[in-house]
Amino acid sequence: MLAFIIRRLAQSVLVMLFVALIAFIVFRYVGDPIASMVGVETRLEDQEIMRARLGLNDPVIWQFLRFVGNALQGEFGISYRLQQPVTELILSRLPATLELAFASATIALVFGLTLGVFTALKPRSFLTGLVMAVSLIGVSLPTFLIGIGLIYIFAVELGWFPSFGRGQTVDLGWWRTGLMTESGLRSLVLPAITLSLFQLTLIMRLVRAEMLEVLRTEYIRFARARGLSQRAIHFGHALKNTLVPVLTITGLQLGSVIAFAIVTETVFQWPGVGSLFIVSVQVVDVPVMAAYLMFIALVFVLINLIVDILYYVVDPRLRVDGGGGGK
Amino acid sequence: MTQPVLSVRNLTVEFPTRRGILTAVQDITFDIMPGEVLGVVGESGAGKSMTGAAIIGLIDPPGRIAKGEIWLGDQRIDNLAPDRMRKIRGRRIGMIFQDPLTSLNPLYRISRQLIETIRTHLPLSQADARKRAIKLLDDVGIPDAARRIDDYPHQFSGGMRQRVVIALALCADPEVVIADEPTTALDVSVQAQIIDVMKEICAERGAAIMLVTHDMGVIAETADRVAVMYAGRLAEIGPVASVIKNAKHPYSQGLMGAIPKLGENLDRLVHIPGSMPRLNAIPQGCAFNPRCPQVFDKCRTHRPAASEIEPGRRAACWLYPEVTEA
Repeated sequence: MLAFIIRRLAQSVLVMLFVALIAFIVFRYVGDPIASMVGVETRLEDQEIMRARLGLNDPVIWQFLRFVGNALQGEFGISYRLQQPVTELILSRLPATLELAFASATIALVFGLTLGVFTALKPRSFLTGLVMAVSLIGVSLPTFLIGIGLIYIFAVELGWFPSFGRGQTVDLGWWRTGLMTESGLRSLVLPAITLSLFQLTLIMRLVRAEMLEVLRTEYIRFARARGLSQRAIHFGHALKNTLVPVLTITGLQLGSVIAFAIVTETVFQWPGVGSLFIVSVQVVDVPVMAAYLMFIALVFVLINLIVDILYYVVDPRLRVDGGGGGK
Repeated sequence: MTQPVLSVRNLTVEFPTRRGILTAVQDITFDIMPGEVLGVVGESGAGKSMTGAAIIGLIDPPGRIAKGEIWLGDQRIDNLAPDRMRKIRGRRIGMIFQDPLTSLNPLYRISRQLIETIRTHLPLSQADARKRAIKLLDDVGIPDAARRIDDYPHQFSGGMRQRVVIALALCADPEVVIADEPTTALDVSVQAQIIDVMKEICAERGAAIMLVTHDMGVIAETADRVAVMYAGRLAEIGPVASVIKNAKHPYSQGLMGAIPKLGENLDRLVHIPGSMPRLNAIPQGCAFNPRCPQVFDKCRTHRPAASEIEPGRRAACWLYPEVTEA
């Protein structure tokens, strides 16, 4: 188990180094950093002095190592646009994005699982047909369209939920939460649904396909032949086996939810990391972009690592210890 | 005369498909006496496994029992409500599947799978069920059962896993065990052990066995009677020794002739020319007529029923004057 984790950690570090290289290239070579920092009237000599002081004349490999070293200390430079440390900027925006992401991941997981299991167990029911048809819409409609549609119906016409923003937030030290006020929770509903819809349909279809597959296996037949109750077979035996592959996808999807909250955050003016990124792209705020890239990569790598360890916990066949007879 | 523990009467299993109805099992009748071992042989697709699935009520949809009756003792079981049939499965009819590698849920310890099955059928506490499970594992010959019970399926070898499967099938002391090719997926060297264990443990408990296999050697050593199936129909049934020595149906004669014997110097293995018809192309009359060396006109037009030609022996072949039309 320990060796496995160490091996996975080493792989994660490699992946992060590679992403850091890309982030560094973006940071260093997309436009001239000096040109973005100085005004038109700065003299060329001063620019050269700045270039030397920032170490931009050093060998590339040296610059890269310095970039990695700074990144390790959470140092990504100063935002060109806002003149604040990038790390601080991202951290201040992070709670909004994470709350949105976890709310929609929860929605996606709960409804995706329930509907997936239901449609697998009742393949001929009318409701299954309906759910499957509607899920096709969920998969194929672009997120921004769903968001705008929801805003139109529930914010503009019905006036049930606010159409933008985060509502009132409460400061808990370094974490600003919208989950503790009524207006914060109400503001969360529409963006969370918008963001979850695609993942929800994906998880549902995946669970359904996996479950149908598992229900055809010999051990399910044997469980039936032993006279176990339907409930024990479906929820005791089939569901757990279904969850093994579903786990991976769901984990990766959680990463995507965080990474691709960009569109939803833009549609709902949600003050998260995604909207920060969009604005930064518009004004070529390269340090923010580079840091965002690193941050998203870190999220994916961490989630992947957790999923792999969970896999290990769920599926005894992957555990090498506890030998026994073996095959 | 004692009453049969399992009685199958004119069983017909059909699969409605887009291109018409396929008859997987047609008009099969046989009895199994308490404690008896009935071997069922035939080629792949002859309907052996389907007959077993029909008895235990696990035909995959859209397949269905179109005709006939299945009696377990005094109770007719082919038309039971799903929930009542479920209480019979595992409790009064046990089933052993072909592949022990896939019969056990890989994510659960075998203790859980055993205890769960025991407690589904018997009013035992967790601790008592566990004791019973250990005893069962011990009975099927798993060494150090008390410790191995908490292992996962993948920690057992194929032969050991099939022993676990047998223990699972016998959890609640069923009256009949349907063993669907229980040794086909195993190494030849452990096949005999598994058959012995199964026969022994069933004999101790007085359970009858319906042994589905295509291995005539296994049948010869294990079964009391043998039923030969061909293209979903019963070709012949009778005591195992007399069927092997003196097969009545030309198909069984071919089958018995194809068993290689030690000491005989053969250049080639004997086989029956041709192959079994597909279910959607069963010829008119006797299903075996295109391959039969003794075929005559009547075989091509009229279907023979498995009829008694000697006491205790039935065959479906027009060579015998006692045979009636189906």
